[in-house]
Amino acid sequence: MQFSYEVKDSYAEVKGVGRLNMVAAPKLREVVAEVVAGGSSRVVVNLAETDFMDSSGLGALIGCLKAARQAGGDLRISGVQPQVKMVLELTNMDRVLTAYPSAEAAFGND
Amino acid sequence: MTRFWTRLIVVLTVIFGVNYVAWRWFASLNWDAWWIAVPLVIAETYSLIDVMLFGLTVWNLKIRKPPPAAPDDATVDVFITTYNEPLDLVLTTALAAKKIRWPHSTWILDDGNRPEMRELAESHGIGYVTRSSDWTPDMPRHAKAGNLNNALMLTSGEYLLILDADQIPEPDILDKTLGYFNDDKVALVQTPQYFINVPADDPLGSQAPLFYGPIQQGKDGWNAAFFCGSNAILRREALMQLGLVGYVKATEQSVRRALAASRSAIKKARHSAEAENPLVGKMLDEVEAATKEAQQELESGASLSEITYRVRRNVDDAVRTLVAADFSALQADLEEIAAMELAHVGESGVTTVAGDAVDRMSGREWSPLGALESVHAVLEAISVERTGEAQPIMPLATISVTEDMATAMRLHSLGWRSVYHHEILANGLAPEDLKTMLTQRLRWAQGTMQVLLRENPLVQRGLSWGQRLMYFSTMWSYLSGFAAVVYFAAPIIYLTLGILPVSSLSFEFFVRFIPFMVVNQALFLVAGHGIPTWRGQQYSLALFPTWIKSCTTAARNVWFGRPLGFAVTPKARQSGGPSWSLIRPQIVVAVLLAVAMVAGMARLLAGLSEPLGTLVNVAWVAFDLVVLSVLVKAVLYKGFVPEGSAAPETPGSPEGPQERNADAV
Repeated sequence: MQFSYEVKDSYAEVKGVGRLNMVAAPKLREVVAEVVAGGSSRVVVNLAETDFMDSSGLGALIGCLKAARQAGGDLRISGVQPQVKMVLELTNMDRVLTAYPSAEAAFGND
Repeated sequence: MTRFWTRLIVVLTVIFGVNYVAWRWFASLNWDAWWIAVPLVIAETYSLIDVMLFGLTVWNLKIRKPPPAAPDDATVDVFITTYNEPLDLVLTTALAAKKIRWPHSTWILDDGNRPEMRELAESHGIGYVTRSSDWTPDMPRHAKAGNLNNALMLTSGEYLLILDADQIPEPDILDKTLGYFNDDKVALVQTPQYFINVPADDPLGSQAPLFYGPIQQGKDGWNAAFFCGSNAILRREALMQLGLVGYVKATEQSVRRALAASRSAIKKARHSAEAENPLVGKMLDEVEAATKEAQQELESGASLSEITYRVRRNVDDAVRTLVAADFSALQADLEEIAAMELAHVGESGVTTVAGDAVDRMSGREWSPLGALESVHAVLEAISVERTGEAQPIMPLATISVTEDMATAMRLHSLGWRSVYHHEILANGLAPEDLKTMLTQRLRWAQGTMQVLLRENPLVQRGLSWGQRLMYFSTMWSYLSGFAAVVYFAAPIIYLTLGILPVSSLSFEFFVRFIPFMVVNQALFLVAGHGIPTWRGQQYSLALFPTWIKSCTTAARNVWFGRPLGFAVTPKARQSGGPSWSLIRPQIVVAVLLAVAMVAGMARLLAGLSEPLGTLVNVAWVAFDLVVLSVLVKAVLYKGFVPEGSAAPETPGSPEGPQERNADAV
């Protein structure tokens, strides 16, 4: 899995391409920690090109959410694919995370 | 064929048992002596239910065939958990783990955070893990469950083999077990726990052939094989899913609670001295508006991260605006601020306010709201960060000191399957002195009772009735301490006072009691295939003070939040001579039994009691004394000496491993 990020005006966008599984999970945590440490605590993880996620991947997202919140910001997800949507529902994680249609929309109203 | 006989005897046990106990309840109680008659019939009913649950367990006994081969690319992390065990013992296990044939990474999970351990691990190319910086001193550590949860976040193998520091694995342990995971729904494969430092007569009852045998095989038949903490392989995905589901549940609960508590917290704050400050009053209005909005959003199904984010932002914005507007009021606090390096002393000597003072004074800790502790606490709790735990995702259950049972039960209720693989693939060390053994048994019993009281298996959604009863069966068996007291008291009372709890010891009694006793023993004989179960039967009665203590301490812990008085089981033998004080209650009971026996004889000679009643009760007392005699052996046991010169017992004998409970004996 490849991660890249881009700091925009009011948020930073982290993109993940491939499978966000137990192997990629620690990498995601590192990337987001780097982004937050760089001063962008408003983070969107764009999952438009993430075609598979397991529970470890979701666990990493929660870890990143905590890191962003503790830095006074927030972490949001966008572009959720069908398999990822299913995993979110299976674990009830859709009660916690809202899936936004696009990275721009994630922080659209604040 | 064995299955047929087992089931036949189970049916007979139920028929004869119900026949006897029903007669005891409805036709034989000596109401004149209700104070012993009623406890005795309750104890007998307890034992009947216990044996019926055992019967249910072995009804579905599952003998498994070897699993298919696992896919070559399955990745495994081997975790060796340690806290304070000697370094060489941990290293021996770790080196054996390294030699496991299936490709894997070996990790020592050192909760003792010992630099020497780290050095030793690194010099042998073994991974070393201690708690991450998230585990600050103010966070609950959750013992072994916390240790494993921490390591789960730092590793990435698909499967996890968990080993206690003294469990030396065979090189083929993974080859023989990983294939079970080809079934996508399998989350756990448990193998036996077997101890190599135990003499043939097993004075401390360390081996648990009945548990790691018919009981686990029977539970397996109901898809309820237990996780026993070590020598088990787990699927990471299943554990992480458990962690996520638990996280969502805990977060939703804490947000709901905080919102419910906010109304009274705000009301209380309005009556406090601080609220006389108009600034604080206005802030409270804002907080109230924000929490009301959040409540509405929650009901309309908005996500928790959105809701909590909005509350935080609304409150922070409001506080910031108000603080900025009322900034002059803060001047008075400059002296204190200076002490905290927020203010700079200008060259002229005039105190000036630092540029970011408004920001910092509006921060959560510093704003005037911070002074209103109850409101502050409510706002802190409206969050998705699970602030009360070191990490939001806690895959292994932390509700009990025996995290294994609680975790397995949650896995089962999410629909995962478990497997019991009946082959010794790791060799461990059992306690070698009574004190350590008692500590260990107490811990297991306490943990089991915590699970019963916190997550009663009988009412867990997602579990089948078979699974519910399999968990309940083990918990039920730990209540035996109370029954034991009655079984000791009843013959003492008859022999000394002549009071019989049964209306008469007539033909009616024997014709019901004897068939029940006979099939009961036959059940253990047939289901156990001649496995030695006597040691287990002795300890399930003889350790009655331990079982009772586990119930009372667990109840106090769960209901009143009192500590369990938990201790890690020491691996090294405790020094010192025989410690009779450890079994004081049992000595008292034994003396009373002996005195009662003499008194009974005397009463018989004096013509005060009848021969039949005396005979039955003397036999009963003799049985009790034989049961208790195991403790003499245990107290005098001086630790394991390998037979002959050096050769320790070879593993792989049909006798299974460590009894983890007083199960159904």
